[in-house]
Amino acid sequence: MSEQDIDKETGIETTGHDWDGIRELNNPLPRWWLWCFYLTIIWGIGYTIAYPAWPLVSQATSGLLGYSTRAEVAEEIARFEQKNSALRTELANVELAALSENADLNRYAVAGGAAVFRTYCSQCHGSGAAGAKGYPNLLDDDWLWGGELDQIAYTVRHGIRNEVDADAHWSQMPAFGEILEEDEIGQVVQHVMALSGQEHEANLASQGAVIFEEQCSACHGEAGLGDREQGAPNLTDAIWLYGGDTDSLTQTVTYSRFGVMPPWGDRLGEADVKAVAAYVHQLGGGE
Amino acid sequence: MLNYVKLVALGLVFLFAALAADWGRDLAYQVHALIIMAVSGGMFVWILRRTDERTSMPDASGYMDGVIRAGVIATGFWGVVGFLVGVVIAFQLAFPALNIDWAQPFANFGRLRPLHTSAVIFAFGGNALIMSSFYIVQRTCGARLWGGNLAWFVFWGYQLFIVLAATGYVLGATQSKEYAEPEWYVDIWLTIVWVAFLAVYLGTIFMRRERHIYVANWFLLSFIITVAMLHIVNNLSIPVSIWGSKSVQVFSGVQDAMTQWWYGHNAVGFFLTAGFLGMMYYFVPKQAGRPVYSYKLSIIHFWALIFLYIWAGPHHLHYTALPDWASTLGMVFSIILWMPSWGGMINGLMTLQGAWDKLRTDPIIRMMVVSLAFYGMSTFEGPMMSIRAVNSLSHYTDWTIGHVHSGALGWNGMITFGALYFLTPKLWGRAQMYSMSAINWHFWLATIGIVLYAASMWVTGIMEGLMWREVDDQGFLVNSFADTVSAKFPMYVVRGLGGVLYLSGALIMVWNMWMTIRGGSKVSAPVGVPAE
Repeated sequence: MSEQDIDKETGIETTGHDWDGIRELNNPLPRWWLWCFYLTIIWGIGYTIAYPAWPLVSQATSGLLGYSTRAEVAEEIARFEQKNSALRTELANVELAALSENADLNRYAVAGGAAVFRTYCSQCHGSGAAGAKGYPNLLDDDWLWGGELDQIAYTVRHGIRNEVDADAHWSQMPAFGEILEEDEIGQVVQHVMALSGQEHEANLASQGAVIFEEQCSACHGEAGLGDREQGAPNLTDAIWLYGGDTDSLTQTVTYSRFGVMPPWGDRLGEADVKAVAAYVHQLGGGE
Repeated sequence: MLNYVKLVALGLVFLFAALAADWGRDLAYQVHALIIMAVSGGMFVWILRRTDERTSMPDASGYMDGVIRAGVIATGFWGVVGFLVGVVIAFQLAFPALNIDWAQPFANFGRLRPLHTSAVIFAFGGNALIMSSFYIVQRTCGARLWGGNLAWFVFWGYQLFIVLAATGYVLGATQSKEYAEPEWYVDIWLTIVWVAFLAVYLGTIFMRRERHIYVANWFLLSFIITVAMLHIVNNLSIPVSIWGSKSVQVFSGVQDAMTQWWYGHNAVGFFLTAGFLGMMYYFVPKQAGRPVYSYKLSIIHFWALIFLYIWAGPHHLHYTALPDWASTLGMVFSIILWMPSWGGMINGLMTLQGAWDKLRTDPIIRMMVVSLAFYGMSTFEGPMMSIRAVNSLSHYTDWTIGHVHSGALGWNGMITFGALYFLTPKLWGRAQMYSMSAINWHFWLATIGIVLYAASMWVTGIMEGLMWREVDDQGFLVNSFADTVSAKFPMYVVRGLGGVLYLSGALIMVWNMWMTIRGGSKVSAPVGVPAE
């Protein structure tokens, strides 16, 4: 430090340094600043003793309070599970047709069902339940196996065309490529286009109508309105699981389709099956 | 002779880039190869024309200010670009239709967002730091920049990095690491440029004619060294092919997340805090004409800040796969960091002791004071948000965005504007800025813009946090994510308007700088003489 240098404005000594005209006052550390700094350090030491903090050789110190974020979440979940346990038992035993009479239970079922749906169902049916090619849209009122609460619950419980659950819905459309000639398939497709009110070639379609009656009407009905007992889709609406254009229909008729849904009864338990049925039912198309 | 070596090297680079453009596996890589081809080809011709010609030796006495003038212009330019992209993406969030169909996939929010963050932090902030550190280190060491034209290499090399990074984002090349998005070859180039920056800086400090090293230089040096370390460790990756932009990170899972936020937080700590404190420690006492308040405080808060900041990263990962102990330590160090951060604010504000009246008359001082106020506010808000319980509400919400912007627009932006207003007349030999009232306009537009921005983000952030965690009596979430998005709409518009005000202020500044550089009466530039 060079000889003493006093700042005229404040009367405080400077350090005697000078860089490009910048000098420095020799003020002490502000007391309040220093004390706050010390306080945060002391608090920090205390906090790291109370909570898990310092890494050691094989694991970290766990803290005197035994706190962990996972335990905190588990506790919160347990609190609600306990609170809702009565509702859960009630839901498992309720007649679904009577669900709407109990407002509290219905609310629990729909909200809980939404959570179940997002966890287990959204992978195929989409997070908004609008489905995708091969996976039915659950928002509309077109049902393959029935849209009443009990029917939806049955489908969820046992699934479709799986070999795990003996009670699964089961039906199988033949691959007509092995039964009909190519031009006959073309005619049937034109008839189906006519049934669903799309543009078609009328003379082919009228030939197709004959084949349809012979080959298809047993399941899809003479008017093509489908049959829920057999999971046979209604062909007269504009709703298609695999597409309603000529190419998709030809593909479907030639090779058939075989959509599978797993059974959820064992995995979810009765309460959650009913909850997710209640959720799907109220999406818009429930009967 | 050296010119022939350069010509051979540039020729090889040109050939390699041509091969890369042809064999490149993705669009970003091919475009980058074409850019490198154009740059190396242009430099080849330029050097060829100068080879064996008689050239006048540049004047190597006095300070090296040409590169700083270029840096001042680049800072203004990239600032406007960065703020403009920010305004665009703010309105994209309010009105998704602005993700215009025909401009997809290049101009969607996902690609423009890193363009905005990198443009403001690395292009605007980085150029501000490089040019002001070159200015400060010369003046406070009484020495010319070391390494001759190496400083120019740093400047142009850094601009090339910015262009490669920015075009990469828009064309879809990204490492998907926040604030470290550029792919492997851009990272390697930045490393080379940064080492050259460190060499120029250290070289100048070694050549200094002052006995002591000024506090601003401690901060700037810590910024350069730490950023180099952070950049290298966080970008350790293996390219899938040398003919493509994609690379794979060396770390995975929670280790990768921890490395990323160790980097991310200290990019804030050493780039946006330590580096800008270096600027503050020079420009505030110069503009106020007052001594720095306390030498002791600057020593203590410097070392405390440097030591503590590096541990605080885990507070970005509360309630994740990160072990609880790491999260606790991150939080504790963040809170202990509060006072060391405030040391800079106290030292800056108290430097005005004896010059408070200048707040009335000098809009540049006013900008610096507001900057320090926002610095103090953000460095209080940060430790508070790092507290686990507060973080459980604030994390993933717009509160974080508001916090970042009160720091970036308020602290980094305002101190940079102050530095630009200080430097422009000095570097171009003018008595003062072309228009003082334009600075006043800039000050008010920017300040109101920040207030709109920060206030709207606090409101939507806290609202969104409360909506996300709201459960009914049966424990089910009450709101869907889309509910929170639609509830935020009015505040998104207010935020966009705040951005428009801030951008208009910056446009006024650029116009003012342009008029200052272009016209006005020239006064003799005060060439600094080191004090003995």
